[in-house]
Amino acid sequence: MTVPAVLFYAFAALAVLSAIGMVVQVRNTVASAMSLVITMVALAGIYVLLEAHLVAVIQIMVYGGAIVVLFLFVVMLLNLRSDDFGPARQRLVRLAAAAIGVFALTWMLRLFSGLPEAPPLPEGFGGYREVGIALYTDYVLLVEVASLLLTAAIVGALILAKRKID
Amino acid sequence: MVNESSDPLLRWIPLLPLLAAIFHGVMIGVVRRATPRWLVIALSCGTVAGSFLLSCVVFASLAGLPDGATLVDGLYTWIGAGVGELRFNAELRFRLDALSSVMTLVVTGVGLLIHVYSIGYMDDDHRDDKGFQRFFCYLNLFTFSMLMLVLGDNLVLMFLGWEGVGLCSYLLIGFWYSDRFNAYCGSKAFIVNRIGDFGFLVGIFLLFGALASAGAPTVDFAEIRASFGLISEMTVPAPFWGPEWRLVDLIGLCFFVGACGKSAQLPLYVWLPDAMAGPTPVSALIHAATMVTAGVYMVSRLSFLYAAAPVASAVVAWVGALTALFAATIAIAQTDIKKVLAYSTVSQLGYMFLAAGCAGYTGAVFHLVTHAFFKALLFLAAGSVILAMHHEQDIRKMGGLRRRIWQTHAVFLIGVLAISGIPPLSGFFSKDEILVAAWTAHVPGHLWLYAIGLVTAGITSFYMWRLYFVVFWGESRASHHVREQIREQPPVVVNPLWVLAALACLGGAIGFPQVYGDALGIERSHSLNNFLGGLFPVVEHHLAHSTEYAMALAAIGMAGAGFGIAYLCYVARPELPVRAAAALKVPYQLLLEKYYVDELYDALIVRPLVKLSDVVLFRGIDAGLIDGVAVNGTARGVRGLAAHGLKYLQSGFTQSYVFLMIVGAVAILGYLLR
Amino acid sequence: MVPLDHVIGLSAVLFTIGVVGVATRRNLIVMLMSIELMLNAVNLAFIGFNRMWPGEPGAIALDGQVFVLMVIAVAAAEVAVGLGIVISMFRNRDSVDVEVVSLLRW
Repeated sequence: MTVPAVLFYAFAALAVLSAIGMVVQVRNTVASAMSLVITMVALAGIYVLLEAHLVAVIQIMVYGGAIVVLFLFVVMLLNLRSDDFGPARQRLVRLAAAAIGVFALTWMLRLFSGLPEAPPLPEGFGGYREVGIALYTDYVLLVEVASLLLTAAIVGALILAKRKID
Repeated sequence: MVNESSDPLLRWIPLLPLLAAIFHGVMIGVVRRATPRWLVIALSCGTVAGSFLLSCVVFASLAGLPDGATLVDGLYTWIGAGVGELRFNAELRFRLDALSSVMTLVVTGVGLLIHVYSIGYMDDDHRDDKGFQRFFCYLNLFTFSMLMLVLGDNLVLMFLGWEGVGLCSYLLIGFWYSDRFNAYCGSKAFIVNRIGDFGFLVGIFLLFGALASAGAPTVDFAEIRASFGLISEMTVPAPFWGPEWRLVDLIGLCFFVGACGKSAQLPLYVWLPDAMAGPTPVSALIHAATMVTAGVYMVSRLSFLYAAAPVASAVVAWVGALTALFAATIAIAQTDIKKVLAYSTVSQLGYMFLAAGCAGYTGAVFHLVTHAFFKALLFLAAGSVILAMHHEQDIRKMGGLRRRIWQTHAVFLIGVLAISGIPPLSGFFSKDEILVAAWTAHVPGHLWLYAIGLVTAGITSFYMWRLYFVVFWGESRASHHVREQIREQPPVVVNPLWVLAALACLGGAIGFPQVYGDALGIERSHSLNNFLGGLFPVVEHHLAHSTEYAMALAAIGMAGAGFGIAYLCYVARPELPVRAAAALKVPYQLLLEKYYVDELYDALIVRPLVKLSDVVLFRGIDAGLIDGVAVNGTARGVRGLAAHGLKYLQSGFTQSYVFLMIVGAVAILGYLLR
Repeated sequence: MVPLDHVIGLSAVLFTIGVVGVATRRNLIVMLMSIELMLNAVNLAFIGFNRMWPGEPGAIALDGQVFVLMVIAVAAAEVAVGLGIVISMFRNRDSVDVEVVSLLRW
């Protein structure tokens, strides 16, 4: 049991537990958001273990630092301190169905089919230099389209959230 | 086989009347404006006159060719289906051989005379001034169909003409359709014809199927005739009446069913007397001269088939003879001038089939021609009488007309002389030939056939002279008002009568029997036989000259007896028929009511069929099954499914939708990753 | 390191938790957060696969990581617009309960 493996299982457990915590937290929306942050950070840790360093850093910055913060902004703005809408209809049924779903999925993925261990890594894999080269040579179109998408989202969000001008 | 030469004139013979009919139809139906009468007359009569002239021209060119030659005129392939062994080709091709040329001359010639007559007869039809044009439209359409029938090169074209004349018969019988009875008579004619047409179609199918199975699929007459030997010995297993039947017998019987319908033989004759509801020119053209002779033409065209089918030929001969006798007895007691002539037509058609069944095809065609002359003459003269009597058709209200309308009287007398078989008018020669054919036939019981023919000749003479005496002799029994207005009709009505009278007198010349020709020193005197002989199977019969003279004398004797009895009953001692009718009440009633055949058909066939159609087909299947279950039921089912089932899917709850999406995704993934 | 199966298994578990969150919670904001969790699970799968097939020393294959970056960008855009919708809805109905807006129904 090497150190990376132990770390992986630790981070995995953390991610799962905080994810469950996020879903289960009914009383406090802010607590849900905090659980989500913990999940993101745990996942970032796993990315590092999987040699995706740039992506891990970006995950922390964007997800943890921007997206969840945005969630918290909205929660604060709408004064949703504590809410209790009660259970959704037929919650148990849905829960059961979802549980069945996950078991079905994992079974389908054949968790223990025995794929081989990871192969050796080429030099510079996952580093900012290699990812940057890939982004701006092979996938430059993708980058441009993503920027367009972000622009559209900004405009959309502005218009949606704006107060009516009287 | 036969040498054929092409003649592009042939296509114009049926095409001219069709063009006139189309013009009239367009003017009436699309343009809807009244056409000036002179234009209608010029177009209709002109096109039929043109067809007649063309018929004469092609007849002359055909006569100039050696024996057995035909003229053909092919246009295009009308129906072409299949390849190889299973091909079905119906060409649009006209064939003029000796038989068709005779028929074409009769159809166009007599048709032209009747068109001219109709100008005067329909002149008082001022209802909306389109009645006149509509009449000529239908007449032209009929002429076209009849010409297609006789000129068609194959069974499909003949059937086209067959159906076309049936349609025009319906249109023309019910011409004055505002009187529902006339429309009913038209429908009756069409429906009874359809029953016959079913037999005709089955015959075509059987014939084509047999030829196709023998490797020569065709519907052309020439090719059928050439390949006929392939199927003439085929048999089919029989459900009754022996272990098996010959296929050609079956085919001949099926075609004869069609002929029974079209040519009004037992048991499908019931439409012809009711067809007298139509205008008199219609009765003359369609129900005396042309349409009803289509059956005789068909049998003659397929003479090679009937020659090889003794059972079918025997049935044809016997049905013809019995029909002749049956109809003649009914005619004795009728009191409507047109009904007497209608039953007379049925009777004379029976004679033609009697001849055809006894292999006397030339005799049948000869009688067809002479009958066209004198029956059309009689009908048109009767029309003249009806017009003079202001549309009165009951002979009990007529009388003494011979002094007032002497022209009509003269031509009617000539017609009666012809139909009774008094020499030297045409009817004598044609009837004599039929009786000779019956005497020498190989049909079982042919001597009885001869006897029936002879007796029916006597009855024919009797009822025709009865009609003549009652209408034209004695004192007028009409009301004073009508009597004052009896006038001869204008020349446009009367002149065609004189032409037909001349033809009825002289028409016998084309069929002058050889036995008299020998006596008079004329070689090959029977022109018609010489002209048509190559087409029909040769029948050798040698009758001693003395037998032939004796038969002729017997026929003349029967005719004379009929004349005598009629004179006795209706001129010398008019109280005799009244006492006879009173004494023989039941037979008289039976004859007067036409043996109650119509009532029998109504009770046995028509009413049950109507009831069945109403209860089962209409209420059960149409309204109940198709409307209720299929149409309305489907709608109700869909509505129920949507209203009670599908709508609950649109719950508006996002989470239900999410749930359903998950289920769907899991299902698809499960299917793909299994 | 761990076998690939375990990484993918973790991804599946996180994804299912996200699905349960979307299907179960009535709070719209928590639903959006659950969607984010699902996207993250997918990202993990991408990274795992990319680790498994990193390419040759001369031809590095970084497709998975690039795609993860794109997914992060799309997720950010989606959150922005989604929260804008939440704000609009709150203004109209004074609640972020998803069952309050279930009007388009039979």
